[in-house]
Amino acid sequence: MDVLLFLIPFALLLSAVGLIGFFWALKNGQFDDLQGAAERILYTDDHPEHAEPNLDREREP
Amino acid sequence: MRHTIERPAPAAGADVAGSCEMQPDGSWQLHLLVSDVTCGGCVRKVEEALAAEPNVLSARVNLSTRRLALNWQGSADLANAYVQRLSGLGYPASVYRTEALLEKDKSVEKRLVMALAVAFFGAANVMMLAWAVWAGHFATMGQGTRDFFHWIAALIAVPCIYYSGQPFFSSAWRAMSKRQTNMDVPISVGVVLTTAMSIYETMTSGPHVYFDGVLMLLFLLLVGRYLDHKVRGTARSAVHDLAMLAGQPVNRIEADGTLRSVPPEKLARGDLVHIAAGERIGVDGEITEGQSSVDTALIDGETTPKDLAVGAPVLAGTMNLTGPLVAKVKSVGEATVLAEIVRLLEAAEQKKGRYRAFADKVIEWYSPTVHTLALAAFLGWWLLGGLDVPEALMIAVCVLIITCPCALGLAVPITQVVAAGKLSRLGVLVKSDTALERLANINAVIFDKTGTLTTLQPELVQRPNDDTAVRLASSMAAASRHPLSQAIGSLMPDARRAKQVEEHPGEGLAMPVEGGEARLGSARWCGLDADALEPSATSTSQSGLETEVWLTRPDHEPVRFAFAPVLRPDALETVKDLQAHNIYVEIVSGDRGPFVEAIADQLGIEHWQAQSTPADKITRIEALQTQGYKVLMVGDGLNDTPALAAADASLAPAMAADISRRAADLVFQGASLGVLPTMLSIAARTQRIVGQNIAFAIAYNLILIPVAVAGLVTPWIAAIAMALSSLIVTGNALRLDGLNPFQAIATRANPQAAINLSRPIPAGQR
Repeated sequence: MDVLLFLIPFALLLSAVGLIGFFWALKNGQFDDLQGAAERILYTDDHPEHAEPNLDREREP
Repeated sequence: MRHTIERPAPAAGADVAGSCEMQPDGSWQLHLLVSDVTCGGCVRKVEEALAAEPNVLSARVNLSTRRLALNWQGSADLANAYVQRLSGLGYPASVYRTEALLEKDKSVEKRLVMALAVAFFGAANVMMLAWAVWAGHFATMGQGTRDFFHWIAALIAVPCIYYSGQPFFSSAWRAMSKRQTNMDVPISVGVVLTTAMSIYETMTSGPHVYFDGVLMLLFLLLVGRYLDHKVRGTARSAVHDLAMLAGQPVNRIEADGTLRSVPPEKLARGDLVHIAAGERIGVDGEITEGQSSVDTALIDGETTPKDLAVGAPVLAGTMNLTGPLVAKVKSVGEATVLAEIVRLLEAAEQKKGRYRAFADKVIEWYSPTVHTLALAAFLGWWLLGGLDVPEALMIAVCVLIITCPCALGLAVPITQVVAAGKLSRLGVLVKSDTALERLANINAVIFDKTGTLTTLQPELVQRPNDDTAVRLASSMAAASRHPLSQAIGSLMPDARRAKQVEEHPGEGLAMPVEGGEARLGSARWCGLDADALEPSATSTSQSGLETEVWLTRPDHEPVRFAFAPVLRPDALETVKDLQAHNIYVEIVSGDRGPFVEAIADQLGIEHWQAQSTPADKITRIEALQTQGYKVLMVGDGLNDTPALAAADASLAPAMAADISRRAADLVFQGASLGVLPTMLSIAARTQRIVGQNIAFAIAYNLILIPVAVAGLVTPWIAAIAMALSSLIVTGNALRLDGLNPFQAIATRANPQAAINLSRPIPAGQR
C-alpha cells in the first residue's frame, strides 16, 4: 500500500497541471471564438501578419 | 437613409473616427460589428482586405461574436476609409459600442467556467478515491486506510466545493438576506449540509462520506448555469444609452459671439445654440439662422431628411445634415421630445420586467415545499422515528439532494441553448431569457417599414445613359453628405471630387462650368417644370414613389436619376407565410402615407398606419393586446424603441440603431426576413419541450421524494438518480435540433431576390 503515498499525490499533480493549463487557456482567450478557430485551421496559406502584425511590415521597403 | 450616425458608410458618411481608441503604443483601435460575416471565407476576406491596407497593424474577426478588432497606425480618420473598404466588399460594419458591457459579461462567464473546471477537477479526483473506498467495503480495506482515504478526499473536496459553489452560495445568501428564496437556496443548503455531514463522518471514522456526490452535483448544476448564462446575454439598459445620447454637450453662443460647449442642463430657454453640419441636435428649439437638411428619423421615422429654414422647429435627437444652424432654445432636458421617448421606453421596459421565466414561477412554490419536506423528514425521524440527530439529518440531506432542482435547473437552459443555437445558425440572436417563451404565443406581427421591410438604401432605378453626365454628377455629389448625393457619388467612385461645389440645403448643388452653371438636385432647383416635362422622361415612373434628382448643364438636355425603396429579400414570402399561419400582420410606420400604402399594397397587408409617433406605435400595440393579440414588433429605429419594449416580443435587424438592438429581444442578421416564420415555429417547439422537461422533473420528484423521506436512499443513489434525470432532460432538449419543418422557407432565402418596388409584380402574386 505504500505505493499509494506516491500514486495519489501524482494523480492529483497531473490533474492539477490540467486544471492550471485550462485556466491559462481561458485567461488567454483561447475559448473566445470557437467557431473562428475551427475555420482558421482550414486556411491553406499562412498569414503571419494576423498573429504578428509588426514583423512583416518592417521588412517591407 | 435613416439614422445616418448609426449606419455604416456609405449610408451617409457615418463618422466612426470618434469611436477609435488610442492604444498605449500610439496606434488606434476600433471594434466593429460586421454582421454579414457568416463563415471562415468571410473572415478571411475581411481580414485579408484590411491587412492589405498600408497602415493596418492587425485585423482579426471573431466569428462567434462577429466582432472585428482593428488596429492601425496613423490618424484616427483612417477608420472611415476602412469602413468604406469593408462596405465595398459587401460587409457593412458598425461601431461595436457594447464593448464594456460585454467585457463584464465575459468575466462572469469566465468565472463560471473556472468554477466548472474546479468542480470537475475535484469530482474526478475524489471519485477516484471514492471508488477505492467503495471497492474496499467488499474487499479487505482496513478502517485505517479508509479513514486515510476519507481525509484525502476531504482535503481535496472542501476547497473545491468552497470555490466552485460560490455562484450558488452568493446568490442564495443574497436571496436569504432579503428574506426571499430562490433556486440556489435549496442547492446551497443541500451542498453545505452534505459537506458538513461528510466532514463529521470523516472525523468520527464513519463509514460513508459523500464528497464525490456533492462535487458531481455542483458540476452538473454549473453546466446548467453556464448554458443559461450563455443564452441570456447581458442585461442591457437601453434607457441608459438613450439618456447618454440626450446628455451630449451643445455649443452655446455667448453674448460676445463666441461658442462655448456646455451640458444641455445648463441651457436656459431663449439661449442661442450653434449646430454644426453633421452634429446631433441637443435641444428642442426654433431655427433663427441658416438652413439645412435635418434627419428626423430617430424621432418620427421619416425617411427623407426634412429641409428646414429660419422659423422651423428642431428637435433634440435629430441630426443636422448639411448646413450650420443657429437655434433658439425652447426646451431642454426632461422637456424634450427625446426625453419623452425615454420615458415611454422606461415605462414599457418596466412592464416587460413583470414577465418571468416559466421555470422561475415553478421555483417559487417548489423551493419552500422542498425545504418544508426536508425539515419534516428530519424532525419526523428524529422525534418520532427515534433516530439519532446525524442519521435523521442524513435523511433530510437525501431529500434535499434528490429534490435538488437539477433537472429543473437544466430543463429550461438546455432547451433554450439548443433553440438559441439553432436560431443563431439561421442568423437570429436571442437576447432575453424569456424571449422564446413570449415568442411562442405570438399571433400578430407589426412591422415598421423602413429598414425592416425595405432596405435602408434606396435603389437607383434609373440613371442616364450618358456617362459624362454621370461622371459630372458623381464628382459634384462627392462634395455633399446628403444620402442621395452619396448614392450618386458611389456610381463612379473614381470620379474626382469637384472643388467649387456650392451646396444649397434643401435644394441641391451648383457648380460653375464652361458656359454657365451645372446644377444637381430637385426639378425646382434645376429650373425644370416637373409637369411640363416630356412624357418620355417620366414614363418609367411605375409607382410614383421614386425620388428624383436632376442634373442640368448648359447646352445639354436635363438628365434624371430616380431612386426607389427596395423591399428586403423575402419580405413578400415572409408576410404570406405569416398570414398562411393565421398570424395577423400590420405595418405601423412613421413614414408618410403614400410610401407606406405602396409597400402594404405590394405585400398584401391590409392594415397599415402611417406617420406614427413612438407613442402612436405603443398605443396601437396596446390596442391589439387588449383585443387579445400577442404582438411581435419588428423595427429598427430609435423611434421604434419604445414600441419594441412594449410589444410582447420584439425583433430588430443587426444593422438597426444600437439602442433598438438593445431593446429588442431578438436580433436578426443578414438581409432576409425569411427566418421569421421559422423562428416562431422554433419558439413554439421550444416552449413545448420546456413544458415536457418541467413536467418530467416534477414527476421525477413526486416519485422519489417519498422514497427519500422513507429513508431508503443514500446520498450516493440520490446523486445517480439526479444525474440520470439531467441526462433525460438534456436528451429531450436535443430533439429540438432535429427540427426542420420550415426548411423550405429558409432555403428560399435568396439575397439576390430583392424585389424592386417600381417593377410591377405579376397580378397573381398580389
